[in-house]
Order: sequence, then structure tokens, then C-alpha cells
Amino acid sequence: MNILGIETSCDETGVALYSEKHGLLAHQLHTQVALHAPYGGVVPELASRDHIRKLLPLIEDALQQAKLTRNDITGIAYTAGPGLIGALMVGACVARSLGFALNIPTIGIHHLEGHLLAPLLEERAPTFPFLALLVSGGHTALLSVENIGHYTLLGESVDDAAGEAFDKTARLLGLGYQGGGAALARLAKQGGPSQFHFPRPMTDRPGLDFSFSGLKTSAMMTIAAAPKDEKTRADIARAFEEAVVDTLVIKCRRAIESTSMKRLVVAGGVSANIHLRMSLEKMSQELGIEVFFPRPEFCTDNGAMIAYAGYRRLKAGEHDDLTICARARWPLGELNGAY
Amino acid sequence: MSIIPNPDAMAAFAADLAKSCHAPCLIFLEGELGAGKTTLVRGFLRALGYRGPVKSPTYAMVETYELPQKIIHFDLYRLTDPMELEEMGLRDYFTEAAIIFVEWPERAGGILPNPDLRCYIEILPEGRKVEISTCAQH
Repeated sequence: MNILGIETSCDETGVALYSEKHGLLAHQLHTQVALHAPYGGVVPELASRDHIRKLLPLIEDALQQAKLTRNDITGIAYTAGPGLIGALMVGACVARSLGFALNIPTIGIHHLEGHLLAPLLEERAPTFPFLALLVSGGHTALLSVENIGHYTLLGESVDDAAGEAFDKTARLLGLGYQGGGAALARLAKQGGPSQFHFPRPMTDRPGLDFSFSGLKTSAMMTIAAAPKDEKTRADIARAFEEAVVDTLVIKCRRAIESTSMKRLVVAGGVSANIHLRMSLEKMSQELGIEVFFPRPEFCTDNGAMIAYAGYRRLKAGEHDDLTICARARWPLGELNGAY
Repeated sequence: MSIIPNPDAMAAFAADLAKSCHAPCLIFLEGELGAGKTTLVRGFLRALGYRGPVKSPTYAMVETYELPQKIIHFDLYRLTDPMELEEMGLRDYFTEAAIIFVEWPERAGGILPNPDLRCYIEILPEGRKVEISTCAQH
């Protein structure tokens, strides 16, 4: 089986080829960051047009990199949602049309299932079952992953996602919105121990839900009252990052203790945060469990994770009919089915 | 106007507001990050008997609650181009008999209809002040 994976849910065009025998054969990514930079955010119409321009050449590049031809592809997986509808439609149309032309099965994948399974692309991959912490700008959730398509939501954010709290606090610190979370982490590195301390929300009561809205408000009030010099801003950034990381670690520890899972997988954009990685590594050593992260390039959007999720589902005999499907909204609770 | 000292008081304020709002009703919510816009909507939904989570719609841009009284909660914080609202099917939302909250309405670039109510939440050292104005044009 050689599966072509296509990801076009937002502002990255991702294409990859995954082989049953040889693993990941090719992975190509085009990022639109420069295209959207003058607008301070992603402009959906520009994103769709750029996907149209880049997708076919990227598929050719991936085939070349894998030393395959189109006729070697045996199945196609694409991100069917959630995301920007115009952008999703580009991937869906290309995937379905190519599948029809080549007479091979295609399957629509939930973007977050891709992120959840990304660590399985690594040489040191977790086996089922495992606990997954999904942590990004749109989601913060703990899931029990029993097998492909068998996910149980154990807890999630009742208000803001962790990545959203990072981005909004970065904005309050004057760091801008796009990539604000990563900028905050860089600023935090310059900070030292200080008098600033933020709450660890919802850690004092049972359960695995998260809440980051109050933390954002607390940061807003602290920033407004504090001096504006670089040192103080860095100290605040550090205290804030510590509060978010601590909260995530406390909930992971609780989830591991209550489920007796031996493996923890961390996925989504915030899983690239170095401080989070180090803290979870430390926790895993204390608890005698293993922790798995995708390589940094697979923490953000990419085609490889979609190719892999598609490979697992197509191998299980699943595929969709010829309808071109894309869903802008697709709740986490409906993650178990393919499109 | 009295000061709202904490999130619980904001919820109580929202419950009072819920008593006097009937669909169709468009409410703009204005105020800085962390002012309590989503907290107000959560209080409003709780007053109508909704017990589930009320998440920030920042990422998804819209959350819909199918209560006997339909509630739609927009958050346009991430919006960079008002055309994106057209892509989301904004016009379809506004044909429904619903109470619609819109956070960051100024980012819509004039695409939205005139609101029935505008709530401006001001952050003060001792809490929050909510200024409500009616601005329906007939």
C-alpha cells in the first residue's frame, strides 16, 4: 500500500506518501506564512487560491522524492475537516478527482485524528492503548486511545484552549497574534524567578477538564499593573508559561494515575513547547511511564499525519464514496468515525 | 451603574439580561481581552437552563446552542477579512429566530446588521462596568 496524504485545512499545504512496507517515503510542505503576514492573520480566500497553486506541484515533488509514479499510489487520504471551508474544498476536490481518475479508494480524515496519530510516524512509536494530550490553539483535551477510531474523551477545556491562552497573553505582552505563543516561550526564556505567580486553574478539584480563561484574565491584570520594561515582561512570560505547563502536567499525571495507562502521547502545536516537553519527561520518569512526542515539524500541520491516519483506516477496509466532502466544523466528540 | 465585582456577579447580571431578551435579538459584546465577554454569555446560557460547557468560540468563531430559545455565539477575534464571514454562511445565521451574541463586532467591517443591544464591558481596578445601549434603527 502506498498512501498519498493531503492536508489543506488552514495555511499549510502538506503532501506526503506513506508506504506500508517502508514507512514515510516523502513529505512536502508549503507554508503561506509570508503570504498572510501583511494582513496579520490568515485570509481564507488567499489561502484557498494558494492551495490551488501549490497542491499539484507538491504532489509531483512528493512522488519524485519517493521515486514513485502516480500509478504506484494505492489510496488517498485528505483532511475533510475541521478548518477553513474553501481551503478544505481544494484538498477534497483534488483527492477525490485523483482517486476517481486512478480508480483507487479515498478517505476523508479528521484533522485532529491526524495530530493524535502523528507520534506513530516515529521510529520509537507508542503501541495501543495510550493516553493522548492534544494541546493546540483550538483544543486542549485528554483522550484515551484504545485503537484507530476508538477514542474516548476524558476531559477538555471548558473555555479557552491552552494555545489560545498563550496567543492572547502574547498579544497582551505586545508580541502580536500570529505565532504569539512561540514568541511568548522565547520571551519566557529570558525571564527569571520573580514575584509573579499565576493560578493553576481547576487543579484543586477532581476531574480532567481544563480552564484557561481565568488565567488569561489574571495575566491581563498583572500585565496592566506591572512596569513595561523588558525584564518584567520576560518574568511575566516565564511565570505564565510555568502556570500553563504545570496545569497540563498535573492533569496528565492525574489521567495516568486514574487510567493506569503506561504511555502518554503529546500532540498539537503546543507540544513543540520545550518547557512542556521537559516537564512531561520528568513526570514520566517519576511515574515509570513512557512519553512520546512527534518531531517538531509534525507538531504543526503536515501531510504525513494525514497519510498515516488514512493508511490505517484504508487498511482496515474503510473508504468513502465519491462525494466530495468537507466540514468546516467537526466536533471532537465525533472523532471516532472517518468522514 | 453599579460595579460588577466578580465572575459570579457577571453571571447574575447576565441572568437579568436574559429575562428581558427575546429572539430575534442581536447583541454586540465589546471590551478588551479578559473583560468577561464569554463569561457574560455563559451566565446568559446558564440562566436559560443550559448546563454544558460554554467554550470560547475564538478558534471555531461560532458556537451554537439549541435550547428552546436558540443562542448563537460569535467571536470575531481571529477574523482578518470580513469576507470570511460570508464563507461561514453568516447570512444563514441571521435568518434564524435566535439570540445572537457577537464578540469583537468591529472586525466585521460593517457586514453585520445593526445590533439591538450593545454591551460595552469596561475593566476597572475594582471589577467590571457594563454599559448597555440600544441602537436598533427602524
